[in-house]
Amino acid sequence: MSRSLWLRWLWLSLGLGYLLIPLAGVAEFSLRLRRGVYSFDAYQAVLADPQFQATFLYSAVLALAAVALAVLLVVPAAYIVHLRLPAFRPVLEFVTLLPLVVPAIVIVFGYFRLYGSNSWIALTNWEAGTNLLLTCGYATLALPYLYRAVDTGLTAIDVRTLTEAAESLGASPLRILVSVILPNIRAALLSGAFLTVAIVLGDFTFASLLDRPAFGPYMQLLGANRAYEPAALSVIAFVLTWALMALIGVFGQTRTKSR
Amino acid sequence: MAAGSPRGTIAATLQLIPFVVFAMMFLLLPTSYLFVGAFQDSTGRFTLATLAKLLKPNVLDAYRLSIAISAASSILGAILGTGVAWAIKDGALPHWVRAGVTTLSGVTSNFAGVPLAFAFLATLGRTGLVTALLSAAGIDLYAQGFTIYNVTGLTLTYLYFQLPLMVLVILPAIDGLKKEWSEASAMLGATPFQHFVGVTVPILAPSVLGATLLLFANAFGAVATAYALTSGSLNLITILLYAQIRGDVLHDPNLGYALAFGMVVITGLCNLGYLWLRSVSERRSA
Repeated sequence: MSRSLWLRWLWLSLGLGYLLIPLAGVAEFSLRLRRGVYSFDAYQAVLADPQFQATFLYSAVLALAAVALAVLLVVPAAYIVHLRLPAFRPVLEFVTLLPLVVPAIVIVFGYFRLYGSNSWIALTNWEAGTNLLLTCGYATLALPYLYRAVDTGLTAIDVRTLTEAAESLGASPLRILVSVILPNIRAALLSGAFLTVAIVLGDFTFASLLDRPAFGPYMQLLGANRAYEPAALSVIAFVLTWALMALIGVFGQTRTKSR
Repeated sequence: MAAGSPRGTIAATLQLIPFVVFAMMFLLLPTSYLFVGAFQDSTGRFTLATLAKLLKPNVLDAYRLSIAISAASSILGAILGTGVAWAIKDGALPHWVRAGVTTLSGVTSNFAGVPLAFAFLATLGRTGLVTALLSAAGIDLYAQGFTIYNVTGLTLTYLYFQLPLMVLVILPAIDGLKKEWSEASAMLGATPFQHFVGVTVPILAPSVLGATLLLFANAFGAVATAYALTSGSLNLITILLYAQIRGDVLHDPNLGYALAFGMVVITGLCNLGYLWLRSVSERRSA
């Protein structure tokens, strides 16, 4: 084996070791609930926990709502900017980049001051209002991923020609967006959406500060009170993350957090 | 609606309103509200005294600790990530290895927060797998002062998402290194080491530095992993701000604004540095 090939395997095993050993560690730990033998008891306990089901459902519903909201906001804006306001594109790019620059904890702090109990629009005084605020917060976190995906998708197709063709056939702007543009950027849209779902399911900061019964705070609470169940939960979360990333892979471009 | 006509432009601008209103309400106004507050006293008058409170010892310590952990995890992540990316470059290893590593990196760079803390507790905690294996081999980590609950432990935990993020960010730059360059160096009589120092390092340096800044900002704003791992006992800047939002422990809302402002200045500078270095590396490789 040449020296360089040997070195490559060395770096690779260092990196892979670092990524795989904790997974092995947590998987092994999650099987230890019953004394002396390996069992799936911890998984059974977690999956049967009504709190697990309720918080997971809550986060999943909010994730879908946030994706829907972000799509409704981003797709028309990106489309209009591509078609008629190219000068505005850098502005859109900058604004949608901000949630990656400003830490989530700072954004939610701002929400407290703007929508907290003694402000004009006291969304947090009211349960549905807090849910709405959290959904808007998640949609904000989704902006960078969704905008990037949609922008790439729109760049790949000829927006102007498609629009003019549809216009000459008498289609309304809404019709063009829904039946011409959307199908063409579906793959890009889905990859942004799956990433958003992964982020929302894992969120702790927003939900715990806004005091909502979401999956992230539930995981944290379980970790503070139990020994083996959190390990099982961690394995479940990893499998979920893997599944969501695999879906992104299935729908075309493998887009990740990288910019 | 003819494209380019003034009426068309106005109509188009009007259609941006929903997005603009949303961005104002849930991103720009909340953030700028804090920034304004960082320059006001409790009665709303302009002052620099609020910002000066960042120099209080416990606040300064929190910044120092956050910076230390972010720097350590991003530098280690950058070194390991660059090594791994180089290992899977241009087909020296089988193709499935590269595909597997990039997939695993995509997943693990998104595996953060609370579940990641659990994974490290189960691996390097007192009864964790690696701790147990090492102690069976005669090495007692905890007797030697190691613990997963402190700065070292948190740095190792952050490294778990930093490493794969580095692989993903740096891989395109590594792929851009051409084989012909090392052949040309060899033909001119340079040793592999001379080629590395004289060619590879100058070409890669901006990309690697930029990516390291990105990793730094990534770790700096993290809350959940630290909170779940140490139950909020480490004096990190995010943990301090978390406590401040939760219960106003510092009895001074304006100090909270200053904390937030300081954080955004740091993550903002990191991102600007990243963008600048990326443009430098694009010019160099063009």
